[in-house]
Amino acid sequence: MARLTPANEERARQLIALYPHHRSALIPILHILQGQDGYLSEDGMHHVGELLGLTAAEVRGTATFYDMFHVEPVGKYVVAVCTNIACMLQGAYELLEAAEDQLGIAPGGTTPDGMFTLEDAECLALCGNAPCATVNWRFFGDLDPERFAQLTEDLRAGRLDAEVPPHGVLSRVDRNVGLRAAGQSVHGAGGPPVPARSGQNSASPEPLAVEPDADGGQPAGPHDAGVELRTTLSTTAVIAHEGGRGLDRTGTRTTAAPDGRNPQGSADSQGSTDSQGQE
Amino acid sequence: MTQRVELTRKDRPYTPPYVTQSAVGTSPPNPPATGETVTFTLDGQERTAAKGTLIITAADEAGVYIPRFCYHPRMKPVGMCRMCLVEVTGPRGATLMPACYNPVADGMVISTTSEMTKKAQDGVLEFLLVNHPLDCPVCDKGGECPLQDQTLAYGPGESRFVEEKRHWDKPIPLSTLVYLDRERCIQCGRCVRFADEVAGDPLIDFAERGDTTEVATFPTEPYADYFSGNVVQICPVGALTAKPYRFRARPWDLEQVESTCTSCSVGCRVAAQASSDELTRYIGVDADPVNWGWLCDKGRFDFQAVNSPERLRAPMIRQGDELVEVSWPEALAAAADGLAAAARIGDGDQVAVIGGSRLPNEDAYAWAKLARLALRTDHVDAQLGDGLPAETVLGLPKATIDQAAAAPVVITLCGDIKEELPVLYLRLRDAAQKGQAIIELSPSNTGMTRYSAASLRYRPGQAAALVRSVLAGEVPEVSALLDAAAGKAAGGPAVVVVLGRPSLAETGESVAEAARALAGLEGVAFLSGLRRSNVHGALDMGLAPGVLPGRVGLDQGREWYSQHWGGELPAAKGLDTAGILEAATHGRIGGLVLLGADPLTDFPDGGAALRGIAQARFVVAVDTFLTDSVRKADVVLPAATYAERRGTFTNLEGRVSRLGQIVTSPGSAWPDWMIAVELAARMGHDFGWSSLEDIWAEIEAVSPLHAGVSYDLLSSREGRDGVPVPLGAGGALRIARRLDPMADPGIQSTEAHLISPTEFFGAGAGRLSAFSDAPAEAATGPGGDEAEPASAANAPTPETPAESASESGPDTAPPAESPDGPRPAMLAAPAAGPATASSSAPADTGELLLVSGRTLWDGGTALAHSPSLAGLHPAPTARIHPDDVARLELTAGAAVRVSTARGSLDLPVTVDPSLAPGTVAVTFNLPGASAASLIDSRSECTAVTLSVVPARSVDSVGGSGE
Ligand code: SF4
Ligand code: SF4
Ligand code: FES
Ligand code: FES
Repeated sequence: MARLTPANEERARQLIALYPHHRSALIPILHILQGQDGYLSEDGMHHVGELLGLTAAEVRGTATFYDMFHVEPVGKYVVAVCTNIACMLQGAYELLEAAEDQLGIAPGGTTPDGMFTLEDAECLALCGNAPCATVNWRFFGDLDPERFAQLTEDLRAGRLDAEVPPHGVLSRVDRNVGLRAAGQSVHGAGGPPVPARSGQNSASPEPLAVEPDADGGQPAGPHDAGVELRTTLSTTAVIAHEGGRGLDRTGTRTTAAPDGRNPQGSADSQGSTDSQGQE
Repeated sequence: MTQRVELTRKDRPYTPPYVTQSAVGTSPPNPPATGETVTFTLDGQERTAAKGTLIITAADEAGVYIPRFCYHPRMKPVGMCRMCLVEVTGPRGATLMPACYNPVADGMVISTTSEMTKKAQDGVLEFLLVNHPLDCPVCDKGGECPLQDQTLAYGPGESRFVEEKRHWDKPIPLSTLVYLDRERCIQCGRCVRFADEVAGDPLIDFAERGDTTEVATFPTEPYADYFSGNVVQICPVGALTAKPYRFRARPWDLEQVESTCTSCSVGCRVAAQASSDELTRYIGVDADPVNWGWLCDKGRFDFQAVNSPERLRAPMIRQGDELVEVSWPEALAAAADGLAAAARIGDGDQVAVIGGSRLPNEDAYAWAKLARLALRTDHVDAQLGDGLPAETVLGLPKATIDQAAAAPVVITLCGDIKEELPVLYLRLRDAAQKGQAIIELSPSNTGMTRYSAASLRYRPGQAAALVRSVLAGEVPEVSALLDAAAGKAAGGPAVVVVLGRPSLAETGESVAEAARALAGLEGVAFLSGLRRSNVHGALDMGLAPGVLPGRVGLDQGREWYSQHWGGELPAAKGLDTAGILEAATHGRIGGLVLLGADPLTDFPDGGAALRGIAQARFVVAVDTFLTDSVRKADVVLPAATYAERRGTFTNLEGRVSRLGQIVTSPGSAWPDWMIAVELAARMGHDFGWSSLEDIWAEIEAVSPLHAGVSYDLLSSREGRDGVPVPLGAGGALRIARRLDPMADPGIQSTEAHLISPTEFFGAGAGRLSAFSDAPAEAATGPGGDEAEPASAANAPTPETPAESASESGPDTAPPAESPDGPRPAMLAAPAAGPATASSSAPADTGELLLVSGRTLWDGGTALAHSPSLAGLHPAPTARIHPDDVARLELTAGAAVRVSTARGSLDLPVTVDPSLAPGTVAVTFNLPGASAASLIDSRSECTAVTLSVVPARSVDSVGGSGE
């Protein structure tokens, strides 16, 4: 498709100015490009190369290393169905097969109307709501063929527009919007999809308050309301709070402060290093 | 399910039959010489090495071979393949370390044969082969493949992998020349590193990841690089293959000879390989002073022209409008009679010889002698109006490529080095990456611009004016660089000027004037940037007006040569090519010899060439193809070309190296020297030569430049990468041959590969003492007698020309004694310096001026007859500065008529902000439209007018001469 728009080129130049080596800005700029077109077009990659003093081959070489960058056009919604072990045991393959049948495409394909690209994915870190899928990185759990049909139907009809922006849109990804939107799936219960929260694209950096589990131990059943997963594009901290004790993604067990708040404080919950979901 | 195979290491059936040697050179892996050493133990023996030496290099030096794939001695190590893992015991116990990535350290204990090391080697090879297709029987690399060889020598023998291997489409083109078989790729990264690190054009890179990793281009951008053949050469498996060689031969069927590339004047060393009397492949030989193993694609692949069915096979004589084949005696008699008749009229003033840069040195000497003695003319010129006055090229103090690369500042006043002298570009680019400051003086951007510390534009004809303003300190940035240079020069010249022709649409004299001004710089030396093949050999052998063999002026050498040649020499300095063509136009040339020259395509002023050749009364062409000019000849004599005959070549730094023969010439083509001998005989002169050895013996005996440079020296180990003349000019001769068969697989082991390191280096001496830098010590140079060394004192020294002009110092020192008396003095640096820099350049009148440079891929004869290269040339355009585009209301892409006093061309407009405003650039000699139809060689520069071409004639973009 196209090169970066003047506004996006300006953003790119600002990013470049942040780094001592121009090429360090490559990945952030690729996000801008993917946000613009939904994927990384050839012209766009050329343009990025020109801005950074790289050849298009180098830009593409880096882009293709990462699964979440797409160098071919994708649908408005990229649906990734998890087929890793927890989901597999809960029927992920049946789900994937149903998804293939319903959409008429194989993993990697895009529906002719350009709405959906189907992918099979490894563990998406929502094993508690297996089998699960993400749509443009937003979680939808406890899926079965019927619910999947409902989900795509809702997406097609625009009923989830508030929760799931088109693929590539650069915004803070509140990954739980899908769970809450589909209210039932958070608790494994039925019920119509109700947006649980508005402002899912909020830029608020503060962590959400989390409720500790009553018994302070392992969650009973699927993750309780106390699970809050957030990612942003620049920092992808993901903290799972489990009744006052959390296992952060670097494997460090942490102890909750008495009030149950994240002991690492708000800055850390945003800043701890993790790339989950990015690759 | 999976069948377990018990793995037992097979006895090593194979020990590499060579030693590797990579302790020379200045490429990345070699540590800076600090003088510090470390002591370590290698396979039980205590050794020392310079601090910072990589384990693999230290082992190579010790003659211990460590297997490797990704490591290449001319590139930075990356430690990607793990093949070189060795057990290293240090303070923290025994561990496996990649030998290519870790320097030796004090107290290190390294074992290349321990169980741990062997197990690592087994493992790495088993993994590398997991996805390898093992299609050796149909793989071009089979038989010379590092993966094959090292698996046999260091691998486990069997694989436990029984699953399905990964599959890719079999070869996909990366470009029209290079094909990639991704199944065979072991991801060593040599190719992508070469493209980035060495060539600077990373048009290939790794894409995807994991087991889907592949070397890839951008989909719309092929790997169209001037150096793409090198990745084929260094790929350690059969993943990259070159189209001209694919499925043409098996390595064990190839014969090989070492030679020098003659496609430009850099003179890269090559291994020329042939099968069934047909050239099949050129591989770059790692000559440390010259090409570091690299070749450009023109030099690598234009051997196809040698095999061309269109080569001239038999002599021909004009009968009416036709050239008809005749026998050699008939053709020679006709040529000799015609030339002798012309020579009789006007006592030689009516005979001329144009060309000679295709010829090896011996042949150039033979023709120079023939012209002066038998044809009695000094109208000889090897340059086709696209060079510089011979006195400028020969007389200025000279630098070698190494000295240019080591100089703190390089000034380029020449054509686009990337287009014209590609491997010199690699050497200078490398130097620039390491901190050299390049100052570019040119009429437009070149391939060098992005590596230049300063790139200054000048309008055609204003080169000298620009130089004077630079020297007067009017460009502070450049002055700062020049001021700093003197302090940084480590023994060599502080400033090296690469001197050539930035544009063919201005006279060489205007550049020469700029050069004379530059010669006033402190510590300056010059590296010639003339590009045409053996042009420097031709000039050194006297194929230039006013110049006799050995860089001797006609007047200074007249007595010496008439005594030695036994005849009278022309009385006055002759005409250059422009003058010859002009004289011919006015009917004053009765006999013209085209010695491998095609002025109709190559002379900048196409109109002048056309008229001159049409009016020359008798034309003899000695050539390999029926070029436009040859078609006009009265007698055509087919010549043998490189790889078909032996000889020697002189590169742009004055390095004489040997040319090898590996195939026979087509039909009855002869080497040029034999033609000269036969013609001379028919004119009553017996040169007395029956072999190249005879000719060289004479050259060595009479030429002050070649004293002491014997064939024996050129064939010796220390001379095989060439000997800069005069002896001692390039410093000591270095035995600097890299002998790493894994670096450049495919080069067959030669005698050099079998020399033991001790023998190779002498007792710890990296240099031959006989050729030390000090002229006094050169007294015992091998192959020379005691009388010779004085010639070293004749070597132009990088002194300031002001000095040499004011005193008759070393430049006019008594030349070497020979049995018959003193040899004549060589040309001295022309009087120079700002003092003489009175400008003859016309005042800039502000009109549009033409600029014309060359591209690597053009309409040249060798390219046109190399099927793989013929189509690579760019489409002709008129490059115009944006201001002028706007001012004249032109449109990019639309046709514009470029008109000069000589003719006009309709070309699409390209906007080029890199030009000086008021200039229009049209590339020289592109098929379909050459600037030759525009250039007026009689005037200082060529004025152009631009006009919009009416829309209806736009589709017929092309040339129309006057
Ligand atoms: S193509 Fe050859 S040189 Fe390039 S990474 Fe693969 S094996 Fe190495
Ligand atoms: S740079 Fe010149 S000498 Fe070297 S390979 Fe290319 S054409 Fe031949
Ligand atoms: S296995 Fe499916 S989300 Fe972890
Ligand atoms: S890791 Fe050392 S040669 Fe590849």
